[in-house]
Amino acid sequence: MLKLEDVVMSQGNFALKADFSVEPGRKTAVIGPSGAGKSTLLGAIGGFLPLRGGKLWWQKRNITHAAPGERPIAMLFQDNNLFPHLSIARNIGLGIRPDLKLSASDQDRIGKALERVGLREMVDRKPGELSGGQQSRAALARVLVQNRPVILLDEPFAALGPALRHEMLDLVHDLSNETGATLLMVTHDPQDVRRIADDVIFVEGGRAEAPQPAAALLENPPPALRAYLG
Amino acid sequence: MAQRAQPVIGTTGIVAGGFVVVAVLLSFLGIGLRAEVGRGIGPAEWAAIRFTVVQALLSALISVLCAIPLARALARRRFIGRGFLITLLGAPFILPVIVAVLGLLTVFGRSGWANAALGYFGVPPLSIYGLHGVVLAHVFFNLPLATRLLLQGWQSIPAERFRLAAQLNLPPRMIRRTLEYPLLVQIVPGAAALVFVICLTSFAVALTLGGGPRATTIELAIYQAFRFDFDLARAALLSLIQLFLAGGAALIALWIIPNFPLGAGLDRTLQRWDARSGLQQVLDAIVIALGSAFLLLPLLAIVLAGLQGLPEMPAVVWKTAGNSLGVAVLSILTLLIIALPMAGWISTRRAGGAEAIGLIGLSASPLMIGTGWFILINPIADPVPLALPVTALINAMMALPFALRILVPPMRDTLVTFDRLSRSLGLRGWSAWRWLVLPRLRAQIGFAAGLTGALSVGDLGVIALFADPDRATLPLQMYRLMGAYRTEAAAGAALLLLAMALGLFWLCDKGGRWRAEA
Repeated sequence: MLKLEDVVMSQGNFALKADFSVEPGRKTAVIGPSGAGKSTLLGAIGGFLPLRGGKLWWQKRNITHAAPGERPIAMLFQDNNLFPHLSIARNIGLGIRPDLKLSASDQDRIGKALERVGLREMVDRKPGELSGGQQSRAALARVLVQNRPVILLDEPFAALGPALRHEMLDLVHDLSNETGATLLMVTHDPQDVRRIADDVIFVEGGRAEAPQPAAALLENPPPALRAYLG
Repeated sequence: MAQRAQPVIGTTGIVAGGFVVVAVLLSFLGIGLRAEVGRGIGPAEWAAIRFTVVQALLSALISVLCAIPLARALARRRFIGRGFLITLLGAPFILPVIVAVLGLLTVFGRSGWANAALGYFGVPPLSIYGLHGVVLAHVFFNLPLATRLLLQGWQSIPAERFRLAAQLNLPPRMIRRTLEYPLLVQIVPGAAALVFVICLTSFAVALTLGGGPRATTIELAIYQAFRFDFDLARAALLSLIQLFLAGGAALIALWIIPNFPLGAGLDRTLQRWDARSGLQQVLDAIVIALGSAFLLLPLLAIVLAGLQGLPEMPAVVWKTAGNSLGVAVLSILTLLIIALPMAGWISTRRAGGAEAIGLIGLSASPLMIGTGWFILINPIADPVPLALPVTALINAMMALPFALRILVPPMRDTLVTFDRLSRSLGLRGWSAWRWLVLPRLRAQIGFAAGLTGALSVGDLGVIALFADPDRATLPLQMYRLMGAYRTEAAAGAALLLLAMALGLFWLCDKGGRWRAEA
């Protein structure tokens, strides 16, 4: 269980509060108006933004002060998810060992992950030689080998067209089902929510609300959410 | 608060920076031990101070005054070979001083091309030894630098301003007043200060074209006190003077010196609508032709004389060429070991205050550091066998400010762009260097290494203090050949040295960019 206990985050004048838990294995969409703090919330969970107050727990472990790489979390950002100067295999290998001292079995895992996302032929290519969709698949392959119990997606597919984005979301859906990972993803699109989310965290007015079941919430949104959805 | 774990930790950078500071401070200690300040500054020292300042002032003034029309012409004219000419303006950075001096002598010397032409009209030959020669050589080196600085300024004027000026049909006088003068006021003092500071510590030019009581710079006086009289106390006193004069000037000038235009981008062309009158076009053409001739003829002279001289070169030239290559490679390695961690450290800090350490190299002159170290080493060990390593180390320190200028901005960029990704993967320490910083900065590392190699291979400075006949570098050997009036052999050696400097630069620069990815 990922638990945010009286968490206060701030960036400049902006402050965001959160106090809730996310059950393991749930797929949760984070929605809300732009500037409301969706990325701030994920950045704080990922360890990129020090908390101003409160505690962050994963199971029984207090991860409030853990470095990003030491948290049980794999995260994808809006951009710069791959190192453009390294081959796809190495980019994925970094998810296993940051010093890239890879054993034969590590190589094997990289191959399997690439196979799973349909990029087996691209092992030795550089990210620049791949299409946008293929780059997203490569980043997801790294998330796969990172094998962390929590996956955070801060709109990594925002630059893709609708069809490709849906394809990626389906892949994310399947991957997190296979690994049993807890997924938190920022999105703007109610369709995305319907597509893969079990729950929704609504961020607005300086608060990140506790997750609520997606279907029910979208059927019968409270006024603030209704205003946002239009 | 969570600790902000930087991918690149500053410790090694602090150690590298500390090493540079200690190296310079040790030389101060050496000088302080021997300088007999009580002995006072005699007439010879005063003459050296006066000459140093006068030649530096003249060099700065003439370089900048000539650079203004040249930069203006280059900024507003399009012609075939413009890109080549602008690239050539960067060449003096990597052109060995002694090679340029020989080229200048071939063109402007007593029996040179210019005097031959003047003699045709019955004008008596001009000598370029003494003050004129020193200033001529300094202008040869610094006119391109000043031109690049000014050109950079001219290109920073937004195209929209020129469009507006064209729309309003402003006459040339108004274009000068509204667009060009404000720019010149901003850039000229800095450019002049930079040239002045560079010329204050000039050694090789003064050694070859100056000399005698009337044309000796302080740097040259240190060498003479050291080499001819072996008067360490006097050398130390002169070093102290040099430190106050050049170091002080450098520190003061730091405030107004603009950024070095080391990188590319100056060949960008800007559409201009003004300066279309015939007279302006003719004047610009003349300025460009004169400027190119002044820069190109000495280079051409080196190649022509060098080709003739190559068969005349004694075998010792090849041996010293080997020494020079060794010194250059050692300098490059030393530079990278110092500059990379320092750049990493500076990049992770918000303000660039630490960059000042790199600039110590500019304020402390090579012969001053050399003298200080010699005084310290001499009682413990024989300094002569250390001549080559010491030269390599000092050359690396002299290249440090340039290297930091080249490395820090892209390193800062890389660390910012990939900050979150590296942190989320736990990429740090050696892994961050191996898989992120080094591959991303290959091109800049190659460029910095190439610059260092070229500067080092062509350097005639500290080596002249320490070396004995068995341990010369190619520039020193070339100087010895010139001193023995073996001009043809010297020209051959000059061509070889030029080829080595350009070759080293090209190799490192290309190597850095070879198969470099996006």
